[in-house]
Amino acid sequence: MMTLLVRDLKLSVRAGGGALIGVLFFMTVVAVIPFGVGPDLNLLSRIGPAIVWIGALLSALLGLDRLFQTEREDGSLDLILMQEHPLVLTVLVKCLAHWIANCLPLVIASPLLGLFMNMSEVAIGAVALTLLVGSPALTFIGAVGAAVAVALPRGGLLVSILVLPLAIPVLIFGVSASYAAVEDPAPFMPPFLILSAITLFFAVLGPLGAALALRNGGD
Amino acid sequence: MRLKAEGLAARRGEDLLFSDISFDLGGGDALILTGHNGSGKSTLLRVVAGLLPAEAGRVTWSGPGESSRASEACHYLGHRNAMKPEMTVSENLSFWKTFLGDTARGRGVSIAEATELVGLGGIAHLPFGYLSAGQQRRMAFAKLLVAYRPVWILDEPMAALDARAEETFTDLIQRHLQAGGLLLAATHQPLGLDNAQELRMKGFSAFPQDALQ
Repeated sequence: MMTLLVRDLKLSVRAGGGALIGVLFFMTVVAVIPFGVGPDLNLLSRIGPAIVWIGALLSALLGLDRLFQTEREDGSLDLILMQEHPLVLTVLVKCLAHWIANCLPLVIASPLLGLFMNMSEVAIGAVALTLLVGSPALTFIGAVGAAVAVALPRGGLLVSILVLPLAIPVLIFGVSASYAAVEDPAPFMPPFLILSAITLFFAVLGPLGAALALRNGGD
Repeated sequence: MRLKAEGLAARRGEDLLFSDISFDLGGGDALILTGHNGSGKSTLLRVVAGLLPAEAGRVTWSGPGESSRASEACHYLGHRNAMKPEMTVSENLSFWKTFLGDTARGRGVSIAEATELVGLGGIAHLPFGYLSAGQQRRMAFAKLLVAYRPVWILDEPMAALDARAEETFTDLIQRHLQAGGLLLAATHQPLGLDNAQELRMKGFSAFPQDALQ
């Protein structure tokens, strides 16, 4: 399984891997917001956490459709399906590799983009922390969509649309935890813990659903 | 070691593509599927490999102390090579060697040895995408050698190959059979195997398929 992880990481940084596309898209989305909204620093710092979260959500959805599609196109998926390793575990490892290559850079880039939005140090820290905890859930949910759309030649947008409704709770609790860190009356821990619970929940359910879809998607 | 299929049938769309196909192969046996395009050769191979659900019938694998899921005992070489063009040949092969692992009954050869056996030693450091179609096919074949599986399921293994490579392949297949392996192949060219059984597929037809000749 380690070999699969290493191989997927290698592939994602080589030509056509697209690991950096997500980060670039994330930066583009967040960087144009101040130009659109105007130089009202108070407004920017107020909407900052939400904008950074939405940008990260969209960027995380961007590369998801390739998760299984490249494997299918060159026939590797057939071989993966035939092995005795539990398919759920294989999918989980592929999700982890995808998260490390595509979502971790978003988490790392988020403090920089927080500066664009005139966010305070606490808010920047809170957004980075909630993204770190919440983004794996996006990958796990996305794996189900990617597995369902694996046989579709242009499934990219379809995956995003399939996945988006399920990703909304992640967004809600991620953003509310970030706001709770800066606004006094609201407590930080409850939404943060719910966010962690969502990630753990989908860490089990996502690979299971994806494995089921891959098994039955044979052609 | 026996690979047994009983009363297999598969559907493509609405129609039954084939039905009631049975065979029983032991160590050293080879079964060659022939038939015109679209007659269901690839479908049958995919059903045996467990990649398509069978409409009826079942495939069983029995070996000493092994599981009965047939697909785990099989190597499947389809139309696509299952190698990543972005990675070098040796990276590809070492990934499959580790990921596939060996079964209890045998061991795969080393990567250098496998590339040597398919006649392409010394270019394993190149990215897979740089190779020609025939070389890619040969390297895909080397994948069968680095991890041991008793059953080889080959779908048009000779596509894009020159005469010398065909000879090499036939040789490797012979060696596999002599070592007690099984072969299931769909092909248009004769593989040059003696004592291979042939199953002629006829495609969409109301009649049951021919049994083994």
